[in-house]
Amino acid sequence: MIESIDLTQVNWARAQFALTAMYHWIFVPLTLGLSFLLAFFETLYVRTGNEHWKQITKFWMRLFAVNFAIGVATGIILEFQFGTNWSNYSWIVGDIFGAPLAAEGLFAFFLEATFFAVMFFGWDRVSKRFHLFSTWMVAIGSNLSALWILVANGWMQVPVGMAFNPDSARFEMQNFMEILLSPVAISKFTHTTSSSFQVAALFVVGISCWFLLKKRHIMTAKRSIIVASVFGLLASLVVGFTGDEGAYIVAQKQPMKLAAIEGLYDGEKGCSLCAVGLLNTDKQPGDDKEPYIFAVKLPYALSILANRNLNSFVPGINDLVYGNPAQDIVGVTDKMASGKIAVEELARYKGFQKAGKTQAANAALVTFREHQHNLGYGFLETPEEAVPPVALSFYSFRVMVTLGSYFPILFAAMLFFTMRNSIEPKKWLLRLGFCSLFLGYIASEAGWVVAEVGRQPWAIQGLLPVTVARSNLTTATVQTTFFIFLVLFTILLIAELGIMFKQISIGPEDK
Amino acid sequence: MMPLLKNTVLFYRDGFRSMVVGRTLWTIILIKLVILYVLSQVFFQDYLQTHFSTDAERSEHVISNLTDQASPNN
Repeated sequence: MIESIDLTQVNWARAQFALTAMYHWIFVPLTLGLSFLLAFFETLYVRTGNEHWKQITKFWMRLFAVNFAIGVATGIILEFQFGTNWSNYSWIVGDIFGAPLAAEGLFAFFLEATFFAVMFFGWDRVSKRFHLFSTWMVAIGSNLSALWILVANGWMQVPVGMAFNPDSARFEMQNFMEILLSPVAISKFTHTTSSSFQVAALFVVGISCWFLLKKRHIMTAKRSIIVASVFGLLASLVVGFTGDEGAYIVAQKQPMKLAAIEGLYDGEKGCSLCAVGLLNTDKQPGDDKEPYIFAVKLPYALSILANRNLNSFVPGINDLVYGNPAQDIVGVTDKMASGKIAVEELARYKGFQKAGKTQAANAALVTFREHQHNLGYGFLETPEEAVPPVALSFYSFRVMVTLGSYFPILFAAMLFFTMRNSIEPKKWLLRLGFCSLFLGYIASEAGWVVAEVGRQPWAIQGLLPVTVARSNLTTATVQTTFFIFLVLFTILLIAELGIMFKQISIGPEDK
Repeated sequence: MMPLLKNTVLFYRDGFRSMVVGRTLWTIILIKLVILYVLSQVFFQDYLQTHFSTDAERSEHVISNLTDQASPNN
């Protein structure tokens, strides 16, 4: 197996980025979701005046702080990597990413950081209502931080509102609102935050189940389960709607990603969706082999999902790679020809410019502009390179969707039995609730695998492949930092789990 | 203005002094920041910043990378 993995410099850089992003993402969803749960718990305290809600709020706030402290600054490592491992990319997108990241710093981070102190230090120093306001501001600020990062990510998936400047070698922003309100960005933000709310709800439910299994802090656990289950159920509804919308947008804007997610090689009208299946690992684009070893399919479902039309055509990998004139689909082969012209004209433009041949440079620039939308394809060596890893996309998607569909059932059962005051004897449900805590993280990470692996080979969709986005570094340099981070992250994760388990075992300060 | 400033300073001072779990968490944060700073200085120098002195040189390098890496087989 290992012989088949090409561990060149670019793949080590990808692995390092994936490792860091996935480690960072252990902490982020809990921060996004638990911050709102804290606000709900404290709102109940302020509205009812019941001190028990204050204890509940303070307990979950302690776990929130542990998660936040270990997670803080792990995102900065990603920014180190942009400059070091992905310097071409970093330079090219600098003008686009500058605005959203600056907005994050100015609006979201300061909002979050200012009220963070009041939330932790202000219990007996400020009024109840101002403290509650601060807790809400932390929740809103945390989620606004996510907005800006996801806007940047959405732009990489489908670049809009910009133009390439061949003089500075940068994509320059033309329309900030178009970038901010891009359907991809909005879809990513709503789906990511709502699924993070699910993770946080599962975290609260899971730990509460553990308390009930241990017969400790019974009232705290039951009240926490009720609030978290309602929040989880509402979040699950949003996850369903935004997931459907996200799939529709992927079908329209990134059809190759959808084809990979489905393991769909030959497109068809009235296309069915593979609900459960096992891929044939020998299958390659262009061959006659069967794509699945077995598959349970839902008739017409993919056409509905992709185009909101029962009999619409959904393109497969072969249609997108080799083209399908009957469906007006231009293949990668043609796009590569166009992309090659774009690259050549860019080189000619720079050459003529250096030689002081302005007229020739302008002519080259005109031709470049005609083909620049296919620029990235000019760097591919074979059309098949445009196909993302099918198996990883296919299975990650099914893990995400299966777990995402299971969570609302769990939340409903938890809510039902807790409201009926009959949850304590149901050990199986409590064990299931506890184990589901970890499933929430798996689903969330799987979602990012689908999003990021599914867009390969692109750093910027259609414009810049990862092989060109990288820095001119040696493999050994990237390998060294990969293992340094692996060790660092492992130590930090052990530290977090140790502190978290200790705080959970101490539990709330029941009176 | 001064009472507000004084109250803010006292608010933070008392808050930090009364921390229990927070002390451990701040220790971890500070250790982590030191490690990250050292790593950034040793291993994570910005490639374009360290290898080129002007933006013109940086853009020239990136353009060269774009135009040189196009496959001749295409």
